[in-house]
Formats: sequence, structure tokens, C-alpha cells
Amino acid sequence: MTDQMLINQGTTDQAARSEFHPRWYRERVSTWWWLGEWHYLKFILRELTSLSVAWFVVLTLFQLRALSHGLAAYMRFTNRLASPIMITLNLIAFCFVMFHTITWFNLAPRAMPVRMGGKRVPEFLVAAPNYVLWIVVSAFVAWLLLRTP
Amino acid sequence: MADNIVLEIARYAPDRDEAPSFQSFEVPLRKEWVILDALNYIKDKVDGTLTYRWSCRMGICGSCGMMVNGEPKLTCATFLSSYGKNATVRVEPLRYFPVIRDLVTALSDFLLKLQKVKPWLIRKDQPPLSAGEFLQTPEQLDLYKQFSMCINCTLCYAACPVVGLDEEFVGPAALALAQRYNLDNRDQGSAERLATLAHPDGIWGCTFVGECTRVCPKHVDPAGAIQQYKLTAALDWVKSFILPRGHEDTHHVAAHD
Repeated sequence: MTDQMLINQGTTDQAARSEFHPRWYRERVSTWWWLGEWHYLKFILRELTSLSVAWFVVLTLFQLRALSHGLAAYMRFTNRLASPIMITLNLIAFCFVMFHTITWFNLAPRAMPVRMGGKRVPEFLVAAPNYVLWIVVSAFVAWLLLRTP
Repeated sequence: MADNIVLEIARYAPDRDEAPSFQSFEVPLRKEWVILDALNYIKDKVDGTLTYRWSCRMGICGSCGMMVNGEPKLTCATFLSSYGKNATVRVEPLRYFPVIRDLVTALSDFLLKLQKVKPWLIRKDQPPLSAGEFLQTPEQLDLYKQFSMCINCTLCYAACPVVGLDEEFVGPAALALAQRYNLDNRDQGSAERLATLAHPDGIWGCTFVGECTRVCPKHVDPAGAIQQYKLTAALDWVKSFILPRGHEDTHHVAAHD
């Protein structure tokens, strides 16, 4: 008997049990496994942030379409965006995108180790330039949007 | 007058039980005791039928891994006092493994997966003995040293939800050990490992949950190893399109260059 055959035979989901092999107990993993632990929930939320990113992409596409149809269409689009539901949705999506960005920057040095002078650069030093660039670009965009024309 | 602490321990006897149940034991709360000390006390003085694995009692053999209050831990490295004197400490066998008896899990599947990734130095050529030993600089050692620290305790398998959901997934420790050999400049076997690693059950099964790295007692960072290999495998795939015939194994530098 190969090891794999013994493993398959011995578990409780199969009734078969050989004389020389005890019945191993195998617990089924629940569909709600991700609710069982905070770390798992955080992971699933991190993955779900992709929906928020997709939301903003679709919103931008609709915005561009409204822009291409002229001022009246664009004004209608902007008014729809100002409704309480849209503001709430966008705020929630924005929080998720922030979470996405922060987790992404923090995990990047893990996936791409940077070595200088034969030694590994500490993770926060690899993540830091991402944050700095993010703040700089955000400040520039804020300046563009908030300056008086 | 000494304090006690209650341990709730999973019991399962295959000839007697359909499923595991919990049994409570009261154990002296000694300041310097770890969970393993409590288990040994129970086996010595209370219930000799309690079954569990342990060996070195100093965090290097990897035998004593168990779930403690839902967290995979080495019981020889987890102090009773960190749980407080009125706490109940729940001890269960490592998650996502079949249970043979009480706290003992079946490791055969893990060992098969470990074998699959060929965690040994593979050489295409054998230099003559007169060429001397393989010399390695500290920088070359540093490339793979972290991944060589794995003690095969399988805490990472108990932490990884993909291991629980997909029986065929090779798993964090095996993938990290494969990467340990891929990055070792004495090894010439990256191409041989590629088929097992760059596979839906290999690195591509990993979704970077990161739990494996969090629970690893030796700070091996298997999640990092897997993500790094994802980049290597992706570049390798691109290269196989651009240079289909000239595609060479470029992952290593031969030690005798």
C-alpha cells in the first residue's frame, strides 16, 4: 500500500478502514471559515477591496462618458454623485481603497526583497518610499483641485 | 495556596469515539512552566492515556505543535503564565490535519508534499574532489539562510486557510524549503522543481494570506518565499515565450565559476 492509499483509506469520510490502520478523524472546513478568526476576516476584507477599486474604475468611465456628451450630461452626472446614497457609497469605497493601499505597501517588501551591499534592507525602508510618493502625489492633486482658478 | 490553571484538552480514541471531545484538567500554574510541562504533568500524575508528540522541549525539533486557544503554537515555547490564572486554555491537535489520537496528527501527507518539491541539492555536474569544497560567501548564504531555518513543525499548515480548503496544495513549509534550495548557489535543480512549484497546487494556490509567516516560530517567512518565487516563475514563463529554445536555467550562479 502506498502512503497516499493509506491516507485515503484511513479518514472518517470513507467507511473503509484496514485492520492495521486506525480511523483518523478529519474535520470538514466550514464555508464560513473566514469568520472564525480576525486575521482571516482581515484577509477577506483585503481581497474584497478589489470591488471598491473596480467601483471607482466604473465610476470614472461613466464620468468620462458624461463628459463626452457635453455640459448638460456632465452636470446631471455630478448632481447624481452629490446624492446621499452616492456619497455614502463612495466614502465606504474610499475607506476600502485606503485599506487596500496600506496593506499593499506593507506587503510589497515581503514579495520583493531589496538587497544593498549584500544585506537585506529592512521592510519599512522599502515600504516608506511608496508612502512618501503617495503623500506627494496626493498633495499635488489636492493642490490642483483646491486652488482658486 | 499555589494557583492552578484549567486546561481543556481534545481527546479522541479512534476505537471508541466518532469525534473528538474535551476533557478538563487542573494543573499547577508554575511561573516557569510551558504548556508542554502541563501536558507532561497530566500524563505523569493524572491521566497516562493522554497522547501527544514532543521531543527537544526547546523549540528546535518541531514535534510539539498544537492549537492553543485557536492559535497554532509550539507547546514547549508557550508559557502557562501568559494566559492568566483564571483562564481556560484549550489545547487541540493542529488544524487541517487528520487526527490519529488525542493531540497527535497524521503527517504523511505533509511528508509526501515535502518530497515532491525535492528539498535537496541537485547537481547536473559533479566537480572532481580535487576542485575542493563548495565555497560560499556570507552574502551567498544570506540569500537563502532565512528559509533554511524551517523545523517542519507544520504550524504554518495549521494557519493557512488554503491548506484547509485544498487538500492538494503543497503548502507554505514545502514551498519555502524549495525556495531555500532554488536560492542556494550550490544547487542546479531549479528547472526540476519548476513543474511542481509553478502549478495551481504549488505557488499559484497561495493567495498571500500571510498567516503562515505570522505563526512561524523560526521567522522563516514562507509567505515571502512564495511571493518571491511567483515573480521568478512569472519571469520564467515570459522568457519561455521570448526565447523558447534558448531558455536556460538562470536562477543560479555556479559555485565554481
